Amino acid sequence: MNARKFKDKLGTSVAWICSGITILFLLVFLGRIIYKGFSVLSWNFVFTGPREAMTEGGIYPALAGTFWLTALAILIAMPLGILTAIYLTSYGKPRWLVRTVRIAINTLAGTPSIIYGLFGMAIFVNLLGFDVSLIAGALTLAILALPMIINATEEALRTVPQDFRDASLALGATPRQTILRVMLPTALPNILTSTIISIGRVAGETAPIMFTAATFFSRQLPKGLSDEVMALPYHIYALMTEGTHPAKQVPIAYGTALVLLILVITISALAIYIRYNIRRKRQW
Amino acid sequence: MNSYKEKLFKGITYTASLLAIVILMAIIYSLFREGLPLFKVTRLSDFIFGSAWYPTHAIPEFGALTLIAGTLSVTLGALIIAVPLGLGSAVFISEIASPRLREIAKPLIELLAGIPSVVYGLFGMAFLAPLIRDWFNLDTGLNVLSTSIILGIMIVPIIASMSEDALSNVPKNIREASLALGATRMESITRTIIPAAKSGILGSVLMGFGRAIGETMVVLMVAGGSAQIPGSIFDSIRPLTSTIAAEMGETVMGDLHYRSLFALAILLFLLTFITNLFTELVFLKRSKR
Amino acid sequence: MKKTYIILALLTLAAILPIFGKGNQLTCSGSTTVLPIAQATAEAFMDLHPEVNISIRGGGSGVGIAALQNGTVQIANSSRRMKSKEIAAAKAKGINPTPYAVANDGIAMVLHKSNPVKNLTIAQIKSIYTGKIKNWKDLGGANLPIVVISRDVASGTFEVFNEKALAGAKVESSAQLLASNNAIVSTVGSTPGAIGYVGLGYVTADVKICTVNNVSPSETTVKNQSYPLSRQLYMYTNGKAKGDAARYLLFIQSAAGQAIVKKQGFISL
Repeated sequence: MNARKFKDKLGTSVAWICSGITILFLLVFLGRIIYKGFSVLSWNFVFTGPREAMTEGGIYPALAGTFWLTALAILIAMPLGILTAIYLTSYGKPRWLVRTVRIAINTLAGTPSIIYGLFGMAIFVNLLGFDVSLIAGALTLAILALPMIINATEEALRTVPQDFRDASLALGATPRQTILRVMLPTALPNILTSTIISIGRVAGETAPIMFTAATFFSRQLPKGLSDEVMALPYHIYALMTEGTHPAKQVPIAYGTALVLLILVITISALAIYIRYNIRRKRQW
Repeated sequence: MNSYKEKLFKGITYTASLLAIVILMAIIYSLFREGLPLFKVTRLSDFIFGSAWYPTHAIPEFGALTLIAGTLSVTLGALIIAVPLGLGSAVFISEIASPRLREIAKPLIELLAGIPSVVYGLFGMAFLAPLIRDWFNLDTGLNVLSTSIILGIMIVPIIASMSEDALSNVPKNIREASLALGATRMESITRTIIPAAKSGILGSVLMGFGRAIGETMVVLMVAGGSAQIPGSIFDSIRPLTSTIAAEMGETVMGDLHYRSLFALAILLFLLTFITNLFTELVFLKRSKR
Repeated sequence: MKKTYIILALLTLAAILPIFGKGNQLTCSGSTTVLPIAQATAEAFMDLHPEVNISIRGGGSGVGIAALQNGTVQIANSSRRMKSKEIAAAKAKGINPTPYAVANDGIAMVLHKSNPVKNLTIAQIKSIYTGKIKNWKDLGGANLPIVVISRDVASGTFEVFNEKALAGAKVESSAQLLASNNAIVSTVGSTPGAIGYVGLGYVTADVKICTVNNVSPSETTVKNQSYPLSRQLYMYTNGKAKGDAARYLLFIQSAAGQAIVKKQGFISL
C-alpha cells in the first residue's frame, strides 16, 4: 500500500516537474527576449528607418513590409479558403473529390515552409517574372495560409447546427441562400478568430519570404507590388547572420524580435479572447 | 435565373476547392521538374548515401547523407527533450491541475505554439549557444545539443496541446471505473487513461516530428553549418532545410547546384509526406473506434 | 448586412490602393562584405537624392552574381571578380556583367588573442584548412587542437581565400562554415584554438591578426598588393550602368563615397 502511495506521489511529481521545466524554459526564453528587447524599444525604434549602415535607427520599413505581406496574403487566401470550406461542408460531392481535396490540404499543411519558399521562387519569382517582390512573397504566404484557413473555416461551418440549415431549406431558401445568409453569418465569428490566428502565423514566417520578397535594407516604405520589402522576421535573421557590427546589431535584433512577438501574441490573444467570449455567449 | 445563380455559386466553390489540389500538384511538379535532372549527372544512390557535399567545387559532389544525418539527429534530439516534457505537461494539465489552471494553461500553450521560429532562432544563437559553449567548454555552442534544445522547446506546445486533447477526450466512465476499482490516480493515469489516449498521443508526437524535420530558421541559425555526420552531440551539423535556405540564393537558375537543392527539397517533401501519412493513419484509426 | 460587407470591402480596397503602382526601386544584392559599404553609401546617396529608393540584400557574392545572371537584380555586390565560367553563363543568358570597383580590401587571418603564433605562410594556411596540420604545436604554438573556421560556399571571401590561399583545395569537412564575417570574428574571439579569415573592415579588438608570409595587411600593403590576400570589392551591373545605378556607382567612387568606405573600415581605391 505504501509503495503504491509512493508511486502515486512520484508520478504526480514527475508531471509537476515536466510542466515546471517547460514553464521555466519558456520563462527564460520570453524573459530574455523581453528584457533585451525592451532596452532598445522606443517610439523612434518602431517608427523610423534604419541608419548608419544598420547600426542605428529603427525598423519601421520592416514593420510596414510585414503588414503588407500579411494583409495581402490573407486577403488572397481568405476568400479561396472560405469557398473551399463551403464546398467541402455543404456540397461535398463527388465523394472522391472531397477526399482528394482533404488529402491535398493535409499534405499542404504539413509541408515545411522552406518548400513553399522554393516553390514561390521557382513559380512567382522566376517563371512568372515577378522578381523578388511584395506580390511574390504575398502569394507564397497566401498558399501557406490556405490550408490553415480552410481547416478553420470548415470547423467553424460544422459548428452551425444542422437545425439552422434544415429550417432555412424548409422555408424554401436555396442551398446558396442558406450558405450565404444563414451558415456563413452564424459561423463568421469563428471563421474570423481562426483567420486572426493564421495572421499571426503568416506574419512570423521567414523561410517562405527569404527568396521571394525580403530585403535587408530599404529606407522607404513599399510603394508598389513589385518592390522588395523589409520584413520583421527576415530582419532578425539578417541582422544576426549578416550584420557587420554585432555589438550594435544584436540589440536591434532583440528589439525587432520583441516587436514581432508583441505583434503576434497580441493578434493571437485577441483571437483566443474573442473565441472564448463567443463560446460563452453561444446559446444553441 | 435562380438556378443559374445556384449553379454559378456551386461552380465557384468547386473551382476554389480544386485549387488546393492544383497547388499541391504544382508544388510537386516544380520540385520534380527542377530537381530530377540532377540524377542525369549523379546516381540516386550517390545522392542519398554519398557523404561529400561540395556543390560548388570544380568537380562538384552531391552526397546528401551528411545533411540527412544532420536533420535526423536534431529531430531525434528534439523529440527526446519534447516528448517527456510535452507528455508530462499534458498529464499535468488534463489530470492534475485544477479546472481554473487548465483554463489558463490551454490558451497559453496555444499562444506559445504561435511564436515565430526566427525568435527561437535568435534566442538560440545569441543566448543558449554561448551558454552551452561555456558550460561544456566547447569550441562552439552552435551544435546538435543547442539545436535539439531549441527545437524541443518549440515543439513542446504542439505535443502538450494535442496530447492534452487526447487525454481529456478519454470518457469519464473509464476514469471513474478505474478509480472505483481502487487504483490510485497515477495508476489510473498510466494504466487506463494513457493507453486509452494512445493513438492521440502518438499522433501528437508524429506531428511534432514533422514540424521539427521541416523547421528551417532555428537550424539555419543554431546548427552551425558543417556538413558532417555528427559524432557527438557537440558537433556542428547542416540539416537539409538549412542547406536549402543557405545555398538557394547563390545558385543560378537551372545549374546543377540549383537542381541539387531542389533534389534535397524532394527528399524533405517525401520525409514530411510520409510522416503526415502516418499521422493521418493514426488519427483515422482513432476516429473509427 | 449586405451593405456592411460592401462597405467593408470598399474600405479594404481603399486601404490597399496606394500600394498599386510601380515603385522605382534600385535593387542590389550579394556580398556580405560589401554590405556595409553599400548601406552606408546608399544612405548618404538617398539623403542627396530622396527620389531614389535603394534596396539592398546580402547573402554572399555568389547570391548577387546568381541574381544578376537570373536578371532579378540591378547591382550585384561581389567581394571577388566573377569567374570566367560565370561570365560565360551570364552572356549566354544575354547579360553582360560590367564590374565597378568600389573599395580595396585585405582578407585578414584572425586568431584568438591568447594564441602566440604571429605569422603563417600561405603553405601553412593551406595545410591547416585541408586538415593536414591539426594542432598549434606544429606551428610553434601551444599544444591545442586547431579549430578551423571558414565561410560557407556562397561567400566571395571564401572564393578569394580558396583561390589565393588554398589554390582551390577542398576545406576539410569538419570545418565550421559560418555565414558572415562577424560570425567568424565572434567565434574566433571566443575560441582559444580557432583560426578564421575576414575582410579587414570586420576585424575588431576581440581577435588578433596574424601576418601572412610576414606581411601585415595595411593600407599600403593592400593597395600595392604585396599582402598575399588582398583583393578589390566590386559592384556588377548588366552592361554599362544607366540612370540611378550609374549615379549611385559614381557617388561611391567619388571622394565623398570613398570617405564613407574608409569610415566603414575598408581601404579606399
